Amino acid sequence: MVTFIIRRLVGTIFLLIVVSMITFAIFFLIPRLAGQNTYQLAAQYVGRNPTRPAVLAVERQLGLADPLYLQYGRFLRGILFGAHYRSGPDVTYCPPPCFGYSFRSQLPVWPQMISDVPVTLSLAIGASILWLIGGVSIGVLSALRKGTLFDRFSMGIALAGVSLPVFFTGLISLELFSYKWPLFPNVQYVPITSNPVEWARNLVLPWIVLAFLYAALYARLTRAGMLETMSEDYIRTARAKGLPERKVIVKHGLRAALTPIVTIFGMDLGLLLGGAIITEVTFSLHGLGLFTVQAVNNQDLPEILGVTMLAAFFIVIANLVVDIFYAVVDPRVRF
Amino acid sequence: MPDALLEVEDLRIHFPTQDGLVKSVDGVSFRLERGRTLGIVGESGSGKSVTSLGIMGLHHGSRAEITGHIRLDGEDLVAASPARVRELRGSKMAMIFQDPLSSLHPYYTIGNQIIEAYRVHHPDATKRQARQRAVEMLDRVGIPQPSARVDDYPHQFSGGMRQRVMIAMALCNDPGLLIADEPTTALDVTVQAQILDLIHDLQSEFGSAVIMITHDLGVVAELSDDILVMYAGRAAEYGSAADIFASPGHPYTWGLLASMPRMDRERLTRLVPIPGTPPSLIRVPPGCPFHPRCRYGHLNGGRSETEVPELRDTEHTGHLVACHLTAAERAKQWALLAAGKVPEDARTGAGAHAGDTA
Ligand SMILES: Nc1ncnc2c1ncn2[C@@H]1O[C@H](COP(=O)(O)OP(=O)(O)OP(=O)(O)O)[C@@H](O)[C@H]1O
Ligand code: SF4
Ligand SMILES: [Mg+2]
Repeated sequence: MVTFIIRRLVGTIFLLIVVSMITFAIFFLIPRLAGQNTYQLAAQYVGRNPTRPAVLAVERQLGLADPLYLQYGRFLRGILFGAHYRSGPDVTYCPPPCFGYSFRSQLPVWPQMISDVPVTLSLAIGASILWLIGGVSIGVLSALRKGTLFDRFSMGIALAGVSLPVFFTGLISLELFSYKWPLFPNVQYVPITSNPVEWARNLVLPWIVLAFLYAALYARLTRAGMLETMSEDYIRTARAKGLPERKVIVKHGLRAALTPIVTIFGMDLGLLLGGAIITEVTFSLHGLGLFTVQAVNNQDLPEILGVTMLAAFFIVIANLVVDIFYAVVDPRVRF
Repeated sequence: MPDALLEVEDLRIHFPTQDGLVKSVDGVSFRLERGRTLGIVGESGSGKSVTSLGIMGLHHGSRAEITGHIRLDGEDLVAASPARVRELRGSKMAMIFQDPLSSLHPYYTIGNQIIEAYRVHHPDATKRQARQRAVEMLDRVGIPQPSARVDDYPHQFSGGMRQRVMIAMALCNDPGLLIADEPTTALDVTVQAQILDLIHDLQSEFGSAVIMITHDLGVVAELSDDILVMYAGRAAEYGSAADIFASPGHPYTWGLLASMPRMDRERLTRLVPIPGTPPSLIRVPPGCPFHPRCRYGHLNGGRSETEVPELRDTEHTGHLVACHLTAAERAKQWALLAAGKVPEDARTGAGAHAGDTA
């Protein structure tokens, strides 16, 4: 088990390096291959309405004319150890992990980005707990009552949930519960450290809206998984032993049905931590999703690059956690 | 007659489906005493598994219609509550299945699974006692180094070893009845004999009654005291193994014997497959269910097609046959067949054709 984890960790580090290379390539190599020269490339790093001296300064500052491996080395070193930028006589130090400076605010990207993480984290974790519990229990009940009214009703809702976009359910819920009946007025993020009750109260609507989408998906997945495992031979063995039906369902059925669900859950959560874009925009929550949208709107390349790397990082880590989880529950993976 | 451990009387298990009522078991009766073995044979789909699952109460109770009596130690399981049947399951009756690869849960150690089986019926046993019992059982079924292997997972065992584990699990509560549903079909030929020997040894040691289900008459030949031949959810022939092998009475049994390669019956050199395929259990043929495939039906002057043959003991020897042929006719035809003469009756052509397409 320990060697398995170590192997996975090494693999993850390798994967992160590959991810950084690909991200680097997307931002610096592909434009070149597409025929842009370094001046044009530099122009994109100046923001909107670049002036010629500013572009030349950036080109020099970022060393865009250097060979690519040097640039990549600098890029990686910046992330790991920080970087020194020379603009004229003064040298600015950008502490690690350094993703450069935003064009707009002229502030380092990383601290800004990181200050938005708690919002996304609160949103994602709360919603994911809701949808995991809700989706899985509805899926299990549906599978056990296959063909009944309950099954058809909940699968109908689930179909609606999968097909309704968040901006629709989100706006409807805002309209109803924030304006018409102001149960949750003025939804805005309040840090959990300053007031946990307000934190939760403000997040209830976004949690439910986001969870609804996923719960619907998870209910369908769980139902399908449960139906499949409950017809396995080992379930018949469990019953033949004389186990109470509840134990047959939970210990033997659900355990096996949940494993793929948890895998998908890990990936979904990892993806969501990189920013729940539509939900954050709908509820004006300033998390990584909104950060991304603004960065794209402003063509703020260092910010886009930073948030891309961060999102990729979350997914890679989620992958690692899922792998280890899988090895814990499924002994066949370990050997 | 000594008290039977298991008495099945006119058991019917029907499944309502969209296509119609599937009569998987349709009026089957047999009895089994402690320490004895009943072999149930028949082609695929003849209702062997449904019969045994019905005894265990594992036949999808809510969806199936079950009537008749299943008396285990005098207690009627058909009338008993599901909770009571669950209590008996694993403690007084246990079952092992065809595919030991998929019958064990892949996520739990075999020790865990045996301990679980033991503790449901011994709620006062400590974990240590249950574990000790598991190791003891593994040792008994011939798993080497049982105290180490008890912590291994199913995928670390070979198919034969897994079937041994299943047997250990089934017998850990010392049940009076063990049902083995084709326990060797999925295993290598070399392993098959070992597993059968093991079941036989354990049976004499534990004194349990065994139902051995198979479509291979060779398997039951050596192990069984009695044999029940099933066809289309009904009993075709029922009697002692000695009687059935010496003088089989039903043309279907003849077909099973003739399609079985056997060393000790050189006279039957030619393998004769049964023509055609088993009937649909929704539309069972009228009259004798076997008549569309039978080479002797014409000898009964139309009765085979219209009248359902009763399971009768014509000689009063305890050997029951469900066929309209007279005892003398049966003896004559079997003698001919055993001499290697396959009857060339009017329907052989059609039958052989059906056999080709089957
Ligand atoms: N739950 C069910 N619903 C409907 N039909 C069923 C159900 N269970 C079994 N059957 C039908 O009952 C018939 C008898 O099946 P059974 O499994 O007892 O055959 P078998 O003699 O054990 O055959 P095999 O040698 O293939 O194991 C089959 O035709 C099967 O399709
Ligand atoms: S009753 Fe007729 S059809 Fe049925 S087995 Fe006997 S001879 Fe064949
Ligand atoms: Mg079967």
